[in-house]
Amino acid sequence: MISSVPRPRSMTSAADNIFRLIILALACVVLAAVAVYGFILIQGGFAAFTRENSGGFFGFIFGLEWNPGTEKFQALPFILGSLFTGFGALIIAVPLAVAAALFIAEYAPKWLATPVGYMIEMLAAIPSVVYGLWGIFVLIPAVRNFQIWFVGATGVDWQPTGTGLMSAILVLAIMVIPYVCAIARDVIQLVPNDQREAAYALGATKWEVIRYGILPYARAGILGGVILGLGRAIGETLAVTMVIGNASDIAKNLFSSTATMSSLIASQFGEAGGTQLSALIALGFILLILSVIVNLIARVVITKLTPVGTRL
Amino acid sequence: MTNVQTQTATTSKGITSTVSSARRFQNNAMFALIGLGTFIVLIPLFLITGQVIINGFSAMNLQFFTQSERDMSMLTGGGGVLNAIVGTIVMVGLSLALGLLIGIGTGIFLAEFAEHPLVPLVRVMSDVLTGIPAIVVGLVVYALLVSSKLVGYSGVAGGIALGFIMIPIIVRSTEEVLKLVPNSIREAGLALGLPRWKVTLSIVLPAARSGIITGAILGVSRVSGEAAPLLFTSLGNPDLVWNLLQPMGAMPLSVYNLAFKALTPAQNAQAWAGALVLMLFILGANILARTLAKQRK
Repeated sequence: MISSVPRPRSMTSAADNIFRLIILALACVVLAAVAVYGFILIQGGFAAFTRENSGGFFGFIFGLEWNPGTEKFQALPFILGSLFTGFGALIIAVPLAVAAALFIAEYAPKWLATPVGYMIEMLAAIPSVVYGLWGIFVLIPAVRNFQIWFVGATGVDWQPTGTGLMSAILVLAIMVIPYVCAIARDVIQLVPNDQREAAYALGATKWEVIRYGILPYARAGILGGVILGLGRAIGETLAVTMVIGNASDIAKNLFSSTATMSSLIASQFGEAGGTQLSALIALGFILLILSVIVNLIARVVITKLTPVGTRL
Repeated sequence: MTNVQTQTATTSKGITSTVSSARRFQNNAMFALIGLGTFIVLIPLFLITGQVIINGFSAMNLQFFTQSERDMSMLTGGGGVLNAIVGTIVMVGLSLALGLLIGIGTGIFLAEFAEHPLVPLVRVMSDVLTGIPAIVVGLVVYALLVSSKLVGYSGVAGGIALGFIMIPIIVRSTEEVLKLVPNSIREAGLALGLPRWKVTLSIVLPAARSGIITGAILGVSRVSGEAAPLLFTSLGNPDLVWNLLQPMGAMPLSVYNLAFKALTPAQNAQAWAGALVLMLFILGANILARTLAKQRK
């Protein structure tokens, strides 16, 4: 049946070309998505970005007043709120996450490392609202009790509400630990065994092996993970909305109510219209730009600073 | 004053090593700190799951699953989350269809058309998409579909928002498993005279099926806990609806409203029960995905 073997070549390649086009079209959705997001948000936020009352674009970014009554919308308190909560969470989360990663990758025997690794990944799977729920009914009362004690002990002029910057930082810290830990663990496990053996051969203790053989080697990867964790923390919405208090003022101290960009969007969207709605969408645009920058920096850090052969 | 004592230990090969007590102390202290750090990391997991289980079970009853939020009465209590369960199933189903279509397509592009000049850029964009906050995706879909009156607040808008959150997850898992399919299988198909599209769709994809399913389950577990993008797209609805063009409830939205905007302690109790349902579903999906992944290896 020789005649049935050769396929008409033109037909095959026509079908292949169609397949290729369909696949390319689907990939282009992913390719274009970020740019389309940016375009739509800048269009929606245009009225707020250019509003005279708020001082134009720079007034919107660097101004401190958010007042729906006078329709003056300036974003700096919330940009700072996002950065304060994000970096605050990292200060708590990073040492703990790296410790847990070292424990799983270097110290624990397999029978212990596997379940501990699973449990930390479970933390990442818990939805944001559940963290927020726990924050409202467990964390906030605890923080409030601490504030009452602190006010009694020092006599500072605080309203012990429990909601505020500190509660948001604590919830975010718990939420970013699994992300930073997972990346740190992967990077540490990729450090070649030569590094360990060389350090042991010089008579190093376990800790010295980690300190001089492993951590310098894994540094860039861990830093990349930390930056990705920052991106997570900045974008996290509902858990923060539920515990931060959502006051549209800049935070005066570690326990005062404030808002992040995402928590302000979530809490004010319902009653917003007109310019306020545009200002919230403009905040969304800043959030988009910030998260894209953070992600690209993390990628560059990981690929540029990691020794060849240990890239993720 | 040199009181740095040296302790002598003999290794299995008979070589003597000396470690000063200061270094030995430092070694043990760091081990203790790292162990303590790991323990502190695990405390919130036990606290949160423990409280969700205890508070959730005590608030759960039959009507929690058979009634909707509308059936809640300020005087007699009652009401459930049927509206939210149905809404989540419908919208997550829609998002899965969208996520699988674009996600698998893009995954095929990255793995099977690796020589294409756009591949590196698409991969970077897919990674960037993973890092974009869910609330931003919600705002985009709001501006594109809802405020433009194209569909209004609706299940469709919610499903599309969730779908775009799911896409990068499926892209990544599809690309990874397709690259694991040995080239000899592709060559065997091509040698039989099959066109490229048929090799990809009926030989390579089925070989990677279980990996793609794992990715899809992880995607479902991720988006079914998302409430932020639904605030401006599906809006939430205390009534049970199946119509995709109407505002629709969802489990995480119900937990948010029952906890944060609640008026009665009974609603707070229901928030815990809702959180328990959500966590059982999401952790169950995660364990399922992990088991499938392990079977593959």
